[in-house]
Amino acid sequence: MELKPVIGLEIHCQLLTKTKLFCSCPTDYVGREPNTIVCPVCLGLPGSLPVLNKEALKLALRAALALNCTILKKTRFHRKNYFYPDLPKAYQISQYDIPLAVNGYLVIDGKRIRIRRVHMEEDAGKLVHPTKTGRLEGAEYSLVDFNRCGVPLIEIVTEPDISSPEEARNFVMELRSLVQHLGVSDGNMEEGSLRCDANISISVDGKFGTKTEIKNMNSFKAIERALAYEINRHMEVILSGGEVIQETRHWDDSKGITTSLRGKEEAHDYRYFPEPDLLPLFISDEMVSEISKTMPELPWDRRNRWKMDFGLGDYEVFVLSSSKVLGDFFDACVREIGKPKEVSNWIQVELLRIVDDLRLKIEDCYFAIPYLKEVLELLEKGVINNQVAKAVFEESIRERRAPIDIVKSKGLEQVSDEEALKDAVKRVLEENEDAVKSYLSGKDKAFNFLLGQVMKVTKGKANPAVVRKVLEEELKALS
Amino acid sequence: MELCDMPAWKLKEMISKGEIGPEDVLDSVFNRIDAVEGTLNSYITLLRDSSYAQAKEVKRRLKEGESLPLGGIPIAIKDIICTKGIETTCASKILKGFRPPYDATVVARVKRAGGIIVGKTNLDEFAMGSSTENSAFGPTRNPWNPETVPGGSSGGSAAAVAAGEAILALGSDTGGSVRQPAAFCGIVGLKPTYGLVSRYGLIAYASSLDQIGPMTKDVKDCALLLQVIAGKDDKDSTSIKLNLPNYLEACEVKDLKGIKIGLPRECVSESIDRSVARVIEEAKRVFEKLGAKVVEISLPHIEYALPTYYIIAPAEASSNLARYDGVQYGLRLKAGSLREMYLETRTNGFGEEVKRRIMIGTYVLSAGYYDAFYLKALKVRRLVKEDFDEAFKEVDYILTPTSPTPAFKIGEKIDDPILMYLSDVFTVPVNLAGICAISINGGFSDDGLPIGIQIIGRAFDEYGVLGVASAFEAETECHSRRPYRR
Repeated sequence: MELKPVIGLEIHCQLLTKTKLFCSCPTDYVGREPNTIVCPVCLGLPGSLPVLNKEALKLALRAALALNCTILKKTRFHRKNYFYPDLPKAYQISQYDIPLAVNGYLVIDGKRIRIRRVHMEEDAGKLVHPTKTGRLEGAEYSLVDFNRCGVPLIEIVTEPDISSPEEARNFVMELRSLVQHLGVSDGNMEEGSLRCDANISISVDGKFGTKTEIKNMNSFKAIERALAYEINRHMEVILSGGEVIQETRHWDDSKGITTSLRGKEEAHDYRYFPEPDLLPLFISDEMVSEISKTMPELPWDRRNRWKMDFGLGDYEVFVLSSSKVLGDFFDACVREIGKPKEVSNWIQVELLRIVDDLRLKIEDCYFAIPYLKEVLELLEKGVINNQVAKAVFEESIRERRAPIDIVKSKGLEQVSDEEALKDAVKRVLEENEDAVKSYLSGKDKAFNFLLGQVMKVTKGKANPAVVRKVLEEELKALS
Repeated sequence: MELCDMPAWKLKEMISKGEIGPEDVLDSVFNRIDAVEGTLNSYITLLRDSSYAQAKEVKRRLKEGESLPLGGIPIAIKDIICTKGIETTCASKILKGFRPPYDATVVARVKRAGGIIVGKTNLDEFAMGSSTENSAFGPTRNPWNPETVPGGSSGGSAAAVAAGEAILALGSDTGGSVRQPAAFCGIVGLKPTYGLVSRYGLIAYASSLDQIGPMTKDVKDCALLLQVIAGKDDKDSTSIKLNLPNYLEACEVKDLKGIKIGLPRECVSESIDRSVARVIEEAKRVFEKLGAKVVEISLPHIEYALPTYYIIAPAEASSNLARYDGVQYGLRLKAGSLREMYLETRTNGFGEEVKRRIMIGTYVLSAGYYDAFYLKALKVRRLVKEDFDEAFKEVDYILTPTSPTPAFKIGEKIDDPILMYLSDVFTVPVNLAGICAISINGGFSDDGLPIGIQIIGRAFDEYGVLGVASAFEAETECHSRRPYRR
């Protein structure tokens, strides 16, 4: 019996428009006082009517084109009817039978994951439960914040072409990178501007199984963990001779399990019908070609450029393109400094660690580009050694101080003078007789220990190559 | 003649000559209201104080030389059209206390034109009904005979204009709700082409059919008010941009030479009242006398219009009225859970007819029934529209009765929805086709009740329809009769 996971994804991205999908309220709801960016339209007040935001349409088309989709010439909106307090009209304006675009694909590690459709819809508001956990359980009442109501979304639905949790995670990462590069969405999973649901089933000897839908996966890690858990659960049910039940399940990240949310019988009948308040939308060839012409560099083109022009390797390119801001920062550094390989190395090994330690954001680190440039020059000229360079770079960012100042004020210039280093070497040899003996008895490891001691004594400023030479000479003299 | 029984265009002339001021017109209107409102119940909300404040403001604007098409004219607004800060109820308990934070586009345009809003008129709850009996605020009575209904759903507006409780009124027409009450009350009611008048601020019943229309004492007033409210509105995506003609000019038409008017054989069956048939016969002769050629035509799918309407309109209504859930505004009844709160609020907040249509609409959109009902209804709607397209290749206008009977007795049809629905059998097809039609008084029944005739025109040919109506009016006397004129 051959069991294979079959995974399809539904991803919602908030579009980076200034105003909402059907009214002119601003979209930057994060951190706002509740219900302060609302109007009769997004509150669904009686008598109000929607008017489509053309900018949202353009962004949605840009995403659809980058996903290699066919744009439908005539599209329209539908109403999706259901009752919930965060949905003030009791219907969501969405798309149904004729989405904006169909039949695209995204390539993940050389494999085409087909995109079934891309459509536009409006976001709902948010419920606030006054409990310690912030969850509905045990709340005496709930409050509604309509600020997010009407924020434009695109929903991207894949075909069930994904075959592992890792592939699913990589797909979402690549999609996030894509929407960021396009300027279509900021793709922030924590803040919910990118949300992912998954449909999962197990095919047995090539025959499709019953699927479950998983909701509430709020990070890349959660996607991978939830899918792995669910695959296992399906497999166990199948192998023990049971049957998977078609249902919607909730991922509980803290417990690391999925639990049943609602069964097939409880599935909503959304009573979709064409939205009479909006006219059908005709997408002209001119509009499509205009958007194609202004398409920014896509992540895969960027990665190719880095490989071809800069000679970077697969792994480096993968890390640098994991988010658009990082890639932009790297490109800015190379423009300023040149030396793409070194810059790539310094960003990945040093800067990302420093940024993490200091709780900075990459996009706020442009001030550090001249510092990096200076550090690399000092290094190249031999003014400081590699170890000092790393420490100086970190300090320059922390203190916002030019590296050359730090080097000068602390006297960190590299010491390459053999005579000057000879004293230090001699002192170390005198103080470490055991290590000297052990080296002389043939244990080469002791050499590195002694070298380290010299560096320590010289406070890391010594030129390691010169130290090595002097140390070898002195030890030879002793033998 | 009292000022409140005069048409707006006449009052405008008198105001501009300085013979009277806006307050004099208001005095007359409110005197009439004081005299008859206890019987008629045309209004849900009266705005006496703010009316006089508005009149003062209008006087100032007129003095400053502003040209105000409705300068100082009292107008009643159907209580389904949003008025900023003024309770807008749709005659439903569920919207009790709802004060919109904005004006409907038509209200803003009326105010800009110097109209004075005297009150919000009664209607069938959410415009669902043909008698203004389905109101949480009690029924409105017909000024011609208080034992009879004023028609509906814009019965309050129709009764108010007929009785001189307002000079002009706005109604809304989804299946005949402007024209049928206009006919029952002996006034003029126009259902504009879908897209001519902005629906922004009109609380939706059936969005693809709803249009706001003027309800007036004569055709010239109708043209005057239409000019003010018509035209593209960026807030309504379904409103159409076009160069508006001067509708008042249409009222100068004196003869109908070269015009061809179709009389659908489906609309002169035995099922219509004898007096209605007589009025149509007389109207035909009037049009011929005016030089028009009246020919028999056929609208083969018109018999399916009513059942089609009663699928499409409730379907849209079930969605449009879902927002009255007790969460944000209006009525909320306490209950133990969210689901129970929804159930309690909606069960108690809506009247019987509204609940009936919500249930029909929910049913026809449900999985498994959508294709058989809703989708089929959309196809029939297209056939009805094509019937009109065909007919308009042959004729310029179509003449029908507005309703098969004159005003019926209060309580007569309230327990038989199907019988009530039949009252709109000639008006509903016009909404399905999205074209325009006017109802004008064509004569009276043996009992002295007014009888309306409907003139249907091509999409956006309001100018032509007003012209035909105007010529008819000039040739006849019946429109000048008023129930309370002394």
